[in-house]
Amino acid sequence: MSVAEIRDLVVSFSSDAGAVKAVDGVTLTVEPGEVLAIVGESGSGKTVTAKTILGLLPETATASGAVILSRSSGGEVDVVTLSRSRLREVRGTDVAMIFQEPSTALNPVFTVGWQIIEGLRAHERISRAEGKAKAIEILRQVGIPDPETRVNYYPHQFSGGQKQRIVIAMALVLRPGLIVADEPTTALDVTVQAEILDLLRTLRDDFGTAIVLITHNMGVVADLSDRVAVMYQGKVVEQASTRELFANPKADYTKSLLAAVPYVGQGRAGAAARLSGRSREVVEPLVRAEDLLIEYPGRLGRAGFRAVDGVSFTIAPREVLGLVGESGSGKTTIGRAIAGLTRATGGSLNVLGTEMVRHRERDFRKNRVDIGFVFQDPASSFNPLLTIAECVAEPLIVHKRAGDVKAARGRVDELLEAVQLPKSYGDRYPHELSGGQRQRASLARALALQPKLLIADEPTSALDVSVQARVLELFAQLQREFGFACLFISHDLAVVDILADRIAVLYKGRLVEEGTGAEVLGAPQHPYTQRLLASLPVPDPVAQAERRENLRAIRAAEAAS
Amino acid sequence: MLLAGLVLTALFLVFAIFAPLIAPYGYSQLRDANGSFGAQQEPSAAHVWGTTVGGYDVLSRVIWGAQTGLFVIVVAVVLSIFLGVFLGLISGYIGGWLDRVLVVIADAIYAFPSLLLAIVMAIVISGGQSGLVGGVFAAAISLTVIYIPQYFRVIRAETTRIKSEAFVESARVIGASTPRIMFRHVLRNATRTLPLIFTLNSSEAILTLAGLGFLGFGIEPSSAAEWGYDLNKSISDVTSGIWWTSLFPGLAIVFAVLGITLVGESLNDLADPRLRGRRSVAASAGLTAQTFVVAGGVIDPPGGLAGLEGPAS
Repeated sequence: MSVAEIRDLVVSFSSDAGAVKAVDGVTLTVEPGEVLAIVGESGSGKTVTAKTILGLLPETATASGAVILSRSSGGEVDVVTLSRSRLREVRGTDVAMIFQEPSTALNPVFTVGWQIIEGLRAHERISRAEGKAKAIEILRQVGIPDPETRVNYYPHQFSGGQKQRIVIAMALVLRPGLIVADEPTTALDVTVQAEILDLLRTLRDDFGTAIVLITHNMGVVADLSDRVAVMYQGKVVEQASTRELFANPKADYTKSLLAAVPYVGQGRAGAAARLSGRSREVVEPLVRAEDLLIEYPGRLGRAGFRAVDGVSFTIAPREVLGLVGESGSGKTTIGRAIAGLTRATGGSLNVLGTEMVRHRERDFRKNRVDIGFVFQDPASSFNPLLTIAECVAEPLIVHKRAGDVKAARGRVDELLEAVQLPKSYGDRYPHELSGGQRQRASLARALALQPKLLIADEPTSALDVSVQARVLELFAQLQREFGFACLFISHDLAVVDILADRIAVLYKGRLVEEGTGAEVLGAPQHPYTQRLLASLPVPDPVAQAERRENLRAIRAAEAAS
Repeated sequence: MLLAGLVLTALFLVFAIFAPLIAPYGYSQLRDANGSFGAQQEPSAAHVWGTTVGGYDVLSRVIWGAQTGLFVIVVAVVLSIFLGVFLGLISGYIGGWLDRVLVVIADAIYAFPSLLLAIVMAIVISGGQSGLVGGVFAAAISLTVIYIPQYFRVIRAETTRIKSEAFVESARVIGASTPRIMFRHVLRNATRTLPLIFTLNSSEAILTLAGLGFLGFGIEPSSAAEWGYDLNKSISDVTSGIWWTSLFPGLAIVFAVLGITLVGESLNDLADPRLRGRRSVAASAGLTAQTFVVAGGVIDPPGGLAGLEGPAS
């Protein structure tokens, strides 16, 4: 008997623009002890489908169809028609949820033990001591070291990965037959992601818990899931076992989705071609950092936080340097320091001939003509009250290349065409464009003054896989045409590999490895790079199983040393 | 709620603007062709709401009073909004010691009772008793002092939020000058909540003017009609069973303030999609959201980048 059965589910939302159908006739089943991955791009209805399983839809939504859950106490319920009080009974005991962002899923003012016991006491009468014993037990099972002490800790005393373990513990404590995990590893770094995926795998193997895994990361799907359902525009377009899907995708959409996933090793040929095309003469680099230190001031009487610690690198004209690292490694700080948005505090950072340590904005302003910046979040990088044409014309007007927006329009149209946007999009407002289109408009704005140096801070990490592939392709093409040098910041090794001539790996503010893509990704020297590379799940279940063993060996070696 | 507020506010505005046409008599008129009105006359055909102790027509005084109220609102808001917004923008964007000093001053002013300040102003401007201009400005200037910190705080909070948005940083990377960033990129995005404070402040302006008049620092009946003054003069009437002199000016204050406040609160709800009521839809209603801009999704992209995200429309 299946744990959950979704039959012909239709969910509509009422919005300002009228009714919107998010899920359109989805039928799925989840067997006990199975990991079902639901993949799809943003807006495909995968999260709405999963939330319906827990009856977590907002009031603006209307659902029809049936979601049949089999209860651990025997019997079945239809979540869609269930009353609120009965829903509360089902949540936690029969089905639980793991949220995307562990830091917001935990209440910061209560200890984690209290929060776990809270879940227990909502469903059964249990004494405080018993609850605590159970909480300690479950924390031990999800791999929190020293749970007897840690049970009294507050959420902020744990790292991101540990917080996600605690969230999993809370979901697990009542032993539900089904856990819905909504992008459980998206907010985590790659190395931590691998550990959480391992934990989820043990849930399935040791407790027989069925998991509905919602993700857009094909690597995660290949790593963990047994069966995959691909969703597109509210419908399930393909359903198959994981091996079958990756080896032999049937639907056209699945094929193009898989083709768009970047993988390490893709960019080697391109980088070699660019290298051979480049002249051998030694030129003065555009950016030269030597023992660069960047500290954020601490509170009164406390030492500042050192975000970047003695980093040295150069960026030559026409060269793409990829900067890779986990969150908090200082990669964004370096990018911002080069653009003069964050102050460099020590060492030396020379950008286009200006020393950035203790620089004055007045001296640096003349260099701004030669620097472009592409921001991570396309949603907020445009002034919402200006049209795209006005935004793209802004650098031209500021640097007196054009008097006003009308005079700049010719050049703006050229730029929009260069980034493959129709001219007419210039009259639209930023919210009328999709994420990918906005990111391309952002690129147009950054290139408006034909800068010598472009800083791209995670330009594709907010985009869906297929859109990302196109933006990267465009990026490479523009780089060939315009010949700007580029600092490309990303947490995704595969993305950096496609574009970068050289790759620099940052770890806790220090540069641990630097070299060409072939050197760094082909034969990594530093143990952190090795672990980073091994942690990256590849979109191929067979290869991924092998890599998993590899990673285990690396970790064991690290633990032994 | 919005509708009720709009109707009341529209009535208030109509009465204020067209008072000379609507009111049967002038605000300081004591007699007509038939002779003197007489004091404290009961409501009758000639004087629908009766007359006051001073012998004025109550209906006309109430209608003309709207005009005085509107004057105070306009003067107080015009005086405070520009300075408040400007200071908030500077303080929020530039920050540092300037910001700290301005915030402390604003907090200090918050602690000061507005009515007391208004009384001081009334005395300073015209020795307590005053005509239309003096009375209106006494109320308006004291309100300005109270309102500037309100506009200041709201704009400052919005500015500090917007300052860290990516589009402001992108303007900085472009090399735009600080004034250009402040006025072109920050200011227009920071003014979303202004209509709300504006309406709420307007109702407070009417209350302060009425309070001044009630305390005897208002406007002489010969220079303008004022609800607070009329209320003050009707205190002794209440105990002798003359209800019409106090009821109508009182109701006028209540409805004017209520109407404007309702508009303000509804604006607040409208601006916040979470507070906006929505009708539920049938499950099968609506089309599946087109979440892709690629025409027909990414299935078979029409050749490279050219056909990327739909043809030019």
